[in-house]
Amino acid sequence: MTTLTVPSAPETRSARDAGAGDRSATRPGSKATRRGNAAAGIVAWVVALLFFFPVLWMVLTSLHSEPDAAGNPPKLFAPLTLDGYRTFFGSASGASPWPPLINSAEASVVSTLLVLCLAIPAAYALAVKPVRRWTDVMFFFLSTKMLPVVAGLLPLYIIAKQIGALDTMWYLIVLYTAMNLPIAVWMMRSFLAEVPPALFEAASLDGAGIVRTLRSVVVPIASPGIAATALICFIFSWNELLLANTLTSTVAQTAPVFLTSFVTSQGLFLAKVSAAATVISLPVLIAGFAAQDKLVQGLSLGAVK
Amino acid sequence: MRRTSLALAAGCAAALALTTSACGAGGGGGGGGGSDSINVLMVNNPQMLALQKHVGEFEKKTGIKVHFTVKPENDMRNQAAQDFQNQSGQFDVATLSNFEIPIYAKKGWLWSLDDIDAYKKDTSFDQSDIFPSMTKALSSDDKLYGEPFYGESSFLMYRKDVLAKAGVTMPEHPTWDQVAAAAAKVDGAEKGMKGICLRGLAGWGENVAPFTTVVNTFGGTWFDKDWNAQVDAQPFKDAATFYTNLVKEHGEAGAAQAGFAECLTALTQSKVAMWYDATSAAGSLEAPDSPVKGKIGYAQAPVKETDASGWLYTWAWAIQKKSSKQDDAWKFISWASGKDYLKTVGESDGWSTVPAGARESLYKNADYLKAAGPFADATLTALEAADPDDPGTQPRPAPGIQFVDVPEFTDLGTSFGQDLSAVIAGQKSVDAALAAGQKAATAVGKKYQGS
Repeated sequence: MTTLTVPSAPETRSARDAGAGDRSATRPGSKATRRGNAAAGIVAWVVALLFFFPVLWMVLTSLHSEPDAAGNPPKLFAPLTLDGYRTFFGSASGASPWPPLINSAEASVVSTLLVLCLAIPAAYALAVKPVRRWTDVMFFFLSTKMLPVVAGLLPLYIIAKQIGALDTMWYLIVLYTAMNLPIAVWMMRSFLAEVPPALFEAASLDGAGIVRTLRSVVVPIASPGIAATALICFIFSWNELLLANTLTSTVAQTAPVFLTSFVTSQGLFLAKVSAAATVISLPVLIAGFAAQDKLVQGLSLGAVK
Repeated sequence: MRRTSLALAAGCAAALALTTSACGAGGGGGGGGGSDSINVLMVNNPQMLALQKHVGEFEKKTGIKVHFTVKPENDMRNQAAQDFQNQSGQFDVATLSNFEIPIYAKKGWLWSLDDIDAYKKDTSFDQSDIFPSMTKALSSDDKLYGEPFYGESSFLMYRKDVLAKAGVTMPEHPTWDQVAAAAAKVDGAEKGMKGICLRGLAGWGENVAPFTTVVNTFGGTWFDKDWNAQVDAQPFKDAATFYTNLVKEHGEAGAAQAGFAECLTALTQSKVAMWYDATSAAGSLEAPDSPVKGKIGYAQAPVKETDASGWLYTWAWAIQKKSSKQDDAWKFISWASGKDYLKTVGESDGWSTVPAGARESLYKNADYLKAAGPFADATLTALEAADPDDPGTQPRPAPGIQFVDVPEFTDLGTSFGQDLSAVIAGQKSVDAALAAGQKAATAVGKKYQGS
């Protein structure tokens, strides 16, 4: 029963490809197909550039002087300067960006680890050895994401005030963990559902307990999925603004909150904000590149289907 | 099997507890910082960033460490409101405007400076040097609740060369009729140049600010002294008709979307010949790299039935009632709004960048007058003439020149500002805008009539 699932995935994929081929009603290698491929390639490039353009524009703006950055029509070939970056690193006000960056890293990394620690066993219980009414459990997880964060903001603030958790890192970490846990469980469940159950049966026949199974079977096999889940949790926590903006002030301020402090109602700020945004995006970019191989495997494995 | 999963869950819970408590230890509780430190929330304006740069001198002198949280204006207002309203005590000091301070004071969210020992013992601060209009605007029930960091009024800025060429002389105290006539005359004086820039962008702090000063001097008011809404009364209607017609006929291009920044750009780039707005704009117009430096004349806010009509606005320091560090907080305020700080900034960053409009002595300082010469006198006159308690021709139920100092005014002003903006854009009639404004104002008035 279980051996069937493994080859089934490639089969469905090739079946789908064949279907697409049928629809275009051409033989492989024909002129029309080549033209179609070229068109698809161009469309892919255009879409990619379209998505990349705002990022490119942000980097370019960050390298311009403030008046050039605010110029209308935009000044593409204005002289480049690093002033925006100097301001970000505190040349104007002496405020260092490091404490907020470190806070962001701490909140993102710790909350992501906690999420994985909780989501993998939960997903195991939902995918490999489904608990009773596991679909209801999945829906319950999802339903926690249905309330807009802003609707819970005031209670969260008041609770934080009452327990003395305002402006503390641990409160943010707990919130980020709670915020990402449902997504992580959903993602991990679909990854684990792809793992051939025969492997678990084999592990159990060999006498592996649940911890051993998780450690020696689930984690190695699902590592692309874990990487994808971790990256997404990391990105969500790293970029979170609403909670951090409301619940932190001087001690636990995170990088996105620090970024907004460059916006001013008196004077120009586009270049400064672009420089800050560029620097703050870097860790996510680096994490993305580092995990690229695993990510491509992971994302094509389950979640996105 | 069951035991192992329980163990796993317990392990995870332990990990959670460990990491969070470890983080908590590093983080410190709400209102953080040691005994010799204060937390300051402030708006991200250039004057505040300069203060942040110089704060080391204060820390060295007093041994008090200052932690700043800097935010854009709207975020800062929200966070201050939230922190002060709940008396969370995260911030000892915050920058609040003369709109918030009397309201917060009435709610009991602020320390009255008169109750602080360090303020009473402070001999060097010299309260009498602060503009009396500022002291008044930051007081409630005769008690003082804040000190201005810098302040502004409003006045008329115009291109001397353009007006002279068109044969218009602008008096020092013009009337709105004179200004309207001048706007008609200089409209089109240069290619693409309009007569006057007036804010059209919707918002209680945008178009409603200059517009309310026009209402005041036309003899109108939002409320009479018994909180009866007066938005559909004749003087208010005259003011609305005058303001919107002037903008529509001789105002800047895209007027419905133009705020302070847009008008500043328009005057700097010779797209308009005159501009009625904040006195703080003059610093940018006379900046070394400004193309109109030296070409601008400054006249008092135009009037009709009153002697003066300039507004009053300030970013001031206030201390949260919840704070137990009121003495250290005062020492910080005394330094930031003090005379020596002006000197520090003037000498290290240039006199044109000092936080002006708070202390009268600055306008007797030769170095400052040299840098701010063209507009210093006009600013001084405007600041001295502004009276937040009596800005119009009739008694008012609440203080405020360009606003009515009640919390509801932000919503009331902004919704009316949107209608005013729609009138300027030609999408609404003055009557329709006033009818809607009257309805909203009546609802606000009713709340206070009962009390």
